[in-house]
Amino acid sequence: MTNLEQYDKLFLTSFPVKRSDLPTLKYRGIKQWDSVGHMDLMSAMEEVFGINLSTLDVLDFSSYEKGKEILAKYGVEI
Amino acid sequence: MERFSLFRHAPDRLLAINEDGTHLSYRDLEEAAAQLSRWAGSGKLLFLLCENTPGTLLGYLGCLRTGLVPLLLDAHMDSALFAQLLDCYHPAFVYAPSDCALVEEMGQPVGVIRDSALYATGREGPALHPDLALLLTTSGSTGSPKLVRLSETNLMANAQSIAQYLELDQHERPITCLPMSYSYGMSIVNSHVLVGAPILLTRKGLLERGFWDFAAKEGATSLAGVPYTYEMYRRIGLQEMDLPALKTVTQAGGKLTLALHQSFASWAEKTGRRFFVMYGQTEAAPRMGYLPAERAVEKCGSMGIPIPGGTFQLLDVQDQVIQESDTVGELLYRGPNVAMGYAQQADDLALGDEWGGVLHTGDMAKRDADGFYYIVGRKKRFLKLYGNRVNLDELERMLAEPFPGVGFACTGHDDDLRIFSDLKDETQIRQAEDYLAHRTNLPHKLFHIIPIDAIPKNEAGKTLYSRLPD
Repeated sequence: MTNLEQYDKLFLTSFPVKRSDLPTLKYRGIKQWDSVGHMDLMSAMEEVFGINLSTLDVLDFSSYEKGKEILAKYGVEI
Repeated sequence: MERFSLFRHAPDRLLAINEDGTHLSYRDLEEAAAQLSRWAGSGKLLFLLCENTPGTLLGYLGCLRTGLVPLLLDAHMDSALFAQLLDCYHPAFVYAPSDCALVEEMGQPVGVIRDSALYATGREGPALHPDLALLLTTSGSTGSPKLVRLSETNLMANAQSIAQYLELDQHERPITCLPMSYSYGMSIVNSHVLVGAPILLTRKGLLERGFWDFAAKEGATSLAGVPYTYEMYRRIGLQEMDLPALKTVTQAGGKLTLALHQSFASWAEKTGRRFFVMYGQTEAAPRMGYLPAERAVEKCGSMGIPIPGGTFQLLDVQDQVIQESDTVGELLYRGPNVAMGYAQQADDLALGDEWGGVLHTGDMAKRDADGFYYIVGRKKRFLKLYGNRVNLDELERMLAEPFPGVGFACTGHDDDLRIFSDLKDETQIRQAEDYLAHRTNLPHKLFHIIPIDAIPKNEAGKTLYSRLPD
């Protein structure tokens, strides 16, 4: 699986969304991506990509698109 | 007669700082109180939909000052549950943030205070007991009509106890970490207004950078949280953050894991801060116990000792007082902060004090030889889910509405709800999960339905919870 496929899969399995919803998906934009959903998503990102997200990056991870920029800082090119 | 005179301070004193930089003074509060009094009078029931904004704060304190009796509700609560409460209590007024979806149908407001507006329902409202000052829900998320009736004496006694054991003064600057409609969030407001300390108001959540920028910029001196908040504090690395003004962190709303208690107690000790584990229930306005910060490491897992002005007793199954240490019994609390009683319907709001300062908490606890209390379990069928009390029987009733004839059984532990059902169809199971998340406004992840063949029941048709799978 490519990084993009893995990245998409994390969203698709965490939240009840379709692939076409992903580009506009935002933190608190859907009920399931609440603070609890966010904590779980961040843990899953760390596990799948073998990284350790910093405080600011956890706070800045505010959308599907923004997340790609953040992961790039950790050498994960999406 | 002047109400809540202890909430009066010099007009120029700072009441709050909003996240947009706006300052509110006690002059603003007295103005808001005068406006509310002009528009709505006093001695009337009002539903107050809360957000951590200037409008909510001025509305809440303004109602208390003028003698309007507010029921505090979350501005984001489910609309069907809100409608049920309106039906049950038919308040004379609703006060809400102007952009709140729940007041879209209310027509033109009677008046506007900052971001919030007052709407008349056209009803007279129920008769209220003269001592009644405030109403809180027992379980906001299930929309139970069961309310806690609180007097000015209850609220002021509790605010004074809290201010005493936390040693609050006007130099504090707490930041809003919890909703104001939640008894813990409300008590932070009350205890700090009492000592004239300004409150930092933000609608942002703990996982938004703006929250922490605001806390740093305005020098927040204290943070609060329920057990799940502490998971987040750990996750985002609060212990490594550069917040020099932060002096105190408090925890309530359920029992913290031993690991988190230990971690935050040691961190506080090492960094010269104070960490307070506390215990309470909405029925006590809400604080009843606290663990003194200097004992936080040593007494890990304990919720502490009674607050100033209160006492604890443990009762055995025959209702006899337990004298020995390390013996489990039901925790009984006595103090001037114990509510007047419950209301189940509008007529109950005319009732006086029914509890006489005694609260059977329904929590099972023990006391160690040094007099520190430990919560070990619960007598009644409810869980704390992300700090919210959720009655399991109410959840089952809630599920029965759209799924008549389907079997549901709710059980589990705090933050670990288990719902069993005889539903077979995957789509229906998903629908039931979505329905609960929507209705309760609680994290979706909590609602995972476990399908089983049949709900075990006795001959009388009562669910046998002990026979459910592990």
